[in-house]
Amino acid sequence: MNRPEVIKSCNHQISESAEGDLTIHLEGGIGISNAAHMTRVLYQVLEDKPQTSVTVDLNKVNYLDDFGVLVLVELKMIVLGEKAEFCLQNISNEAGKALSMYNFDLLGKRDKPYKRTERQGLLIRLGEATVRQAADLKYMISFLGSICLSILYTCLNPRSLRRDDTYMCMQKTGVDALPIVGLISFLMGLIMAFMSAVQLQQFGANIYVASLVSLAMTRELGPIMTAIIVAGRSGSAFAAEIGTMKISEEIDALFTMGFSPTRFLVVPKVIASVIVVPLLTLFSDLFAIIGGLIVGVFTLDLTANAYISQTIKTLALFDVFLGLFKSGVFALLIAWIGCLRGFQVKGGAASVGKATTSAVVSGIFLIVLFNSIFSVILRYWE
Amino acid sequence: MGRQAIIEVRDLVAKYAEETIFDGISFDVFQGEIFVILGGSGCGKSTLLKHLIGLIPPAAGRISVAGCDICRSEEKAFRDMLKKIGVLYQGAALLGSMTLADNVALPIKEYTDLPQVSVERLVKMKLGLMNLEGYEDHLPSQISGGMKKRAGLARAMALNPEILFFDEPSAGLDPVTAAELDNLIIHLNSTFGTTMVIVTHELESIFAVAHRVIMLDKNTRGIIAEGDPKYLRDHSENRFVRQFFNRLPGLANEAEGLEKR
Ligand SMILES: Nc1ncnc2c1ncn2[C@@H]1O[C@H](COP(=O)(O)OP(=O)(O)OP(=O)(O)O)[C@@H](O)[C@H]1O
Ligand SMILES: [Mg+2]
Repeated sequence: MNRPEVIKSCNHQISESAEGDLTIHLEGGIGISNAAHMTRVLYQVLEDKPQTSVTVDLNKVNYLDDFGVLVLVELKMIVLGEKAEFCLQNISNEAGKALSMYNFDLLGKRDKPYKRTERQGLLIRLGEATVRQAADLKYMISFLGSICLSILYTCLNPRSLRRDDTYMCMQKTGVDALPIVGLISFLMGLIMAFMSAVQLQQFGANIYVASLVSLAMTRELGPIMTAIIVAGRSGSAFAAEIGTMKISEEIDALFTMGFSPTRFLVVPKVIASVIVVPLLTLFSDLFAIIGGLIVGVFTLDLTANAYISQTIKTLALFDVFLGLFKSGVFALLIAWIGCLRGFQVKGGAASVGKATTSAVVSGIFLIVLFNSIFSVILRYWE
Repeated sequence: MGRQAIIEVRDLVAKYAEETIFDGISFDVFQGEIFVILGGSGCGKSTLLKHLIGLIPPAAGRISVAGCDICRSEEKAFRDMLKKIGVLYQGAALLGSMTLADNVALPIKEYTDLPQVSVERLVKMKLGLMNLEGYEDHLPSQISGGMKKRAGLARAMALNPEILFFDEPSAGLDPVTAAELDNLIIHLNSTFGTTMVIVTHELESIFAVAHRVIMLDKNTRGIIAEGDPKYLRDHSENRFVRQFFNRLPGLANEAEGLEKR
């Protein structure tokens, strides 16, 4: 019964011949529990005595596993490193099995420590990063193209759309996000009304709080806030879902079954988002106006009627539609980048995490970028 | 050799929600033996294994592993028990963010105070034993399924545990590698006296390695056969057991039905 717990200890005795030949007699067992200790002890033995050859006698060794073999290898490496001779003698049965299993004679011979990924020079890394980015960009564009084609295909063959998935996605992206979008927009309206009231009150222009809140929300903040919330909630979810499918080979399975992964997974998400995010934006506008209204009525002595009619007077239909159009574009961007990051997943679970983060970050970046582009265009158009 | 039980299972009842998988099974695994758990697909072999290593607490009954009653023991005793076992999961379960070498080195660094160089050498030895030299710095996602299995085994053996649990070790391996794995199992068993608990379907490997088998059954939710595989093949009373060992067609349910008739 040669189990590790049987090893209580390993003793050693040393005999030395006149020529500096050292013999270490080991007795007992070497296993996981005492390997580290034995390594240190034997180091010490060798340090004290310069020698020309070292022989280890294993006659009384009754247990030796790979940790024990390791101790012997370490010993061998030191001895050979000092240009001395090393050999084992009287190998007992128990020790012999483990030694032959691990091919003791070869161990440590052609040993180079396994290579760690080295850090390369700055220039090389810069170049590699650039190439990677370019490839990334290329993939982004080709992915966009494949989405466009798939959507076109779906428009021509509406029956090919996976309806249940689309409805499900609409629910997750839209209905489930309504409470948080509503709450945040309501608070935004409240805060905007408060902040602007402080200034406008000085001129007795209280009523313009209504104009400010409604115009700012419908044209700019409503679409942006909604899009950012959706990017955080759903863009990340798209990336995680597709990324997980990618690493568990589900995407490959879809492909071999003859489905186009884009048509199967991406189109429902894109269509659902493009329908649902503008609706969310409408709700967001509405809740913000209600927030402003409450501040107006309770702290600015406006009547609800006056506030509402001022709001209606300010808002042109164009403003509302502009907001909706923008949020439609944002929805497209969120779904696109979310799915793209999902498809870019390679390797293991950590990579899914990276993809989700990246989906949110790039999503928000794209939202802000496109919003700026819209502002510039409108500036010259109107 | 004294036949000392290292794993004792008494009246184990296992349930997933309302579904009962085992209804009171008892068996022993003796020290130093190669013990194989058999059964048709979905009869609960992986479930039994998860109970034995303490991942799922039993609905009723008692399990003791390496002297530790895993349902009632204290935290510390349980952790000590965990150090004495190694598990190879059905899907290898390597940590995806680490290289193979780091996967194997993880428990070694945690539980021993060997210097870094020695740990690296040991890891190389262990991976070498699995024919994985040269793959030390690969990530699990960069190697094949069979290689993952072998790397998983190297990690399971990292601390030379007293008991090794295998969930379908040879699934996904080519015949040569599978046979090598069988040899390795026998070798480890005879060299270090490691107790092996193996879940497998591979008849050849069962006959090659098993000292004793138990066979689980989905319908009776219990053990329908226990003993030496070669003996069971030729002499079992149970029709399904004979079918299983002789690779005859016919589903488990069908066999049951015939017997009831
Ligand atoms: N997490 C779970 N929740 C509910 N039921 C489960 C769960 N895991 C397994 N089962 C059920 O328990 C039964 C046994 O499953 P188990 O995975 O143990 O089978 P197995 O014998 O290992 O099969 P295989 O040989 O295919 O691996 C199956 O019928 C399965 O439906
Ligand atoms: Mg299983």
